[in-house]
Amino acid sequence: MLRIAPVVTLLLLILPIAAGLAGTVLPSFGYLPALGGTEFSLGPWRDLLAYPGFGSALRLSIVTGVAATMLSFAIAVLTCATFHGAPGFRRLQAAIAPILAMPHSALAIGFAFLIAPSGWLARLAASVTGADRPGDIVTVQDEGGLALIAGLLLKEVPYLLLMIFAALNQMPARQAMAIARSLGYGAALAWIKVVLPRIYPQIRLPIYAVLAFSLSVVDVALILGPGNPPPLGPLALRWFSDPLLLLYFPAAAAACLQLALLVAAIALWRTGEVVVARAGRWWIARGGRGLAVQPFLNAAGRIAWLLLALSALSLLAMGLWSVAESWRFPDLLPTGWTLATWTRQAAGLWWPVQTTMALALVSTLIAMVLALACLENEQRRGLHPGIGALWLLYTPLLVPQIAFLFGAQIVLIRLDLDGTWTALVWSHLLFVLPYVFLSLADPWRNIDPRLIRTAACLGASPLRILFAVKLPMMLRPLLAAAAVGFAVSVGLYLPTLFAGNGRFATLTTEAVTLAGGADRRIIGIHALLQALLPLLIYAIALAAPSIAFRHRRLLAVAS
Amino acid sequence: MTGRLRLEGVEIALQGRVLIPALDLTVAAGQAVTLMGPSGSGKSTLLAFLCGTMDPAFVARGRVHVNGLEVTALPPEQRKLGILYQDDLLFPHLSVGGNLAFGLTAAIRGRAARRERIEAALVEAGLAGFAERDPATLSGGQRARVALLRVLLSEPRALLLDEPFGRLDAALRQDFRRFVFDHAASRGLPVLLVTHDEADANAAGGPVIRL
Repeated sequence: MLRIAPVVTLLLLILPIAAGLAGTVLPSFGYLPALGGTEFSLGPWRDLLAYPGFGSALRLSIVTGVAATMLSFAIAVLTCATFHGAPGFRRLQAAIAPILAMPHSALAIGFAFLIAPSGWLARLAASVTGADRPGDIVTVQDEGGLALIAGLLLKEVPYLLLMIFAALNQMPARQAMAIARSLGYGAALAWIKVVLPRIYPQIRLPIYAVLAFSLSVVDVALILGPGNPPPLGPLALRWFSDPLLLLYFPAAAAACLQLALLVAAIALWRTGEVVVARAGRWWIARGGRGLAVQPFLNAAGRIAWLLLALSALSLLAMGLWSVAESWRFPDLLPTGWTLATWTRQAAGLWWPVQTTMALALVSTLIAMVLALACLENEQRRGLHPGIGALWLLYTPLLVPQIAFLFGAQIVLIRLDLDGTWTALVWSHLLFVLPYVFLSLADPWRNIDPRLIRTAACLGASPLRILFAVKLPMMLRPLLAAAAVGFAVSVGLYLPTLFAGNGRFATLTTEAVTLAGGADRRIIGIHALLQALLPLLIYAIALAAPSIAFRHRRLLAVAS
Repeated sequence: MTGRLRLEGVEIALQGRVLIPALDLTVAAGQAVTLMGPSGSGKSTLLAFLCGTMDPAFVARGRVHVNGLEVTALPPEQRKLGILYQDDLLFPHLSVGGNLAFGLTAAIRGRAARRERIEAALVEAGLAGFAERDPATLSGGQRARVALLRVLLSEPRALLLDEPFGRLDAALRQDFRRFVFDHAASRGLPVLLVTHDEADANAAGGPVIRL
């Protein structure tokens, strides 16, 4: 049973994605018999290119995607470079956890509340300038995509920080820093010169995942990106949703273009890595101590804190709107408070909350079982999976969602599974499983093998060792992985939309739909619940082991 | 329960380099044989081979008999070879009593009987009333004794010692050596000790083999 676990897991991830991609690529060349496309042609691509907004949609996707990735990477690196070893570093590690738990779309909605012309920041400015009506500038959904880039940074910087923290645990970074600093290097430059080159290989795939996400994002782009023309992702979604199905073919072409875009972007980034590495060697060999630039780097390293503050304010803004009775510009706070919006929405919220919870719990549970089976198989047989397995695991996070979800839906229709719970859970599993596996893998592989051997020599069978030794000892990482899986599932927008065939409403699909133009108080409630649900699970995952192990000193605190 | 431990032509190699050349060895009941060798000589690997927990990077040959029964092909949990390492390796998620209960043979049934057996072992080791304690709150010497009790309660047919005295400071080391060898002798267990410390070998009192 255990032996086939890795095969089953990979097939579960790779087969549907491959089928989905085929189901998108074929229609992009005119082949989709169900809609009368029986011959291959370049028609869909011609239609796509002929669309008046195509040029700006493409440019927007590239600019926002690449800018968001480069900026997130730069900010995350500078933050670690300036804070490594400082007291703020631990606080930073604690502060990013809640941000990571919140869905992209919830943060984007809160962020829109902040930066809108009548948003909190404008009100703050108005209290200084004395303006009594919102300004005329477009701050949300601006044509240049600046709001979209900023919204992406809010989530991607903490994500990259987390990945860097994990990589730092794998190397003697503190020692390397001490040596470099004793040789006269400023702290930030020491980090960039001696630590970054060594951890980069471990954060490469996460960076590619960020690049893939930013280039093809749909939900955040719907909330913060320009609407006319939108970036490629929302454009493809709009065409897919065309009730007359006439735009199905160019939509498939747009989805495929995103995949091509991603492949090109990763190839370029990889080339850039080689160039930068070569230049970096020369730069390091020059021996500059970087003392003069240290103050600038220190200032830049504060940007992460600014982003965290913006995220916290976004959450607060959603909360305030949800209980605001009247909140006119330029008042800093609502002038009337009420729970009426909550009570009016309560009945309608129950169904999406239930769906969200059930979906997250079931997909997380399945992902945990599969991940554990793979890791246990690996441990028992003494296997050391290579980089190839890691790439396969990352596949769902690298391939643009819309590029395979569209095709997958066609496959689901043929299997008569579209709009079923099975399809929905599977579509969530695709994204939950990689995250659950990745967060569980390191702790599981680091279990002291001598403890396992000791247990075996005491006469415990592998099954007993699993249940009596490994699982209880791994309670903290297990719950943490479950919380991550839960949060990922809660935040999924496109998979829910496609696999559910629009029949299932979750908090996220509701919030994204409402963000288009509903009352801010109602949007606030949905976004707040969407953010609080995973936060609650994170809090439980953090607190439970400390309570369970309150009499076990070695396990009572997070290491 | 006890008997002989016999090694027949046991040879261990790593990447074509022979670490332990064909070794024939019999340890009688109640006897303690010491294997001495510098670090890297493969002596710990030999014990891992006996237990069935050897790293697959090593290649081993030969046969192991316990009580006249060949165990070479058995999984570790069926070999009934107790082992003590340099570190106590108590399970951090279990209490002292929980660790002992994990080791205690399943042949003793019933909550009360098992608890009684564990409490008796603790009393005998001068650790009366320690059952509910968190292992992390014990001193190094106390933890070492709990580790030995855990092995003995599993009723092994032989005892393997992988430098279990190395981590303790000099005064404790004397006491714990006595404690281990007395317990092993009183049960008539064959003991195989690997060490690089002459004093350990002297305390074991049996034949010494140098690698």
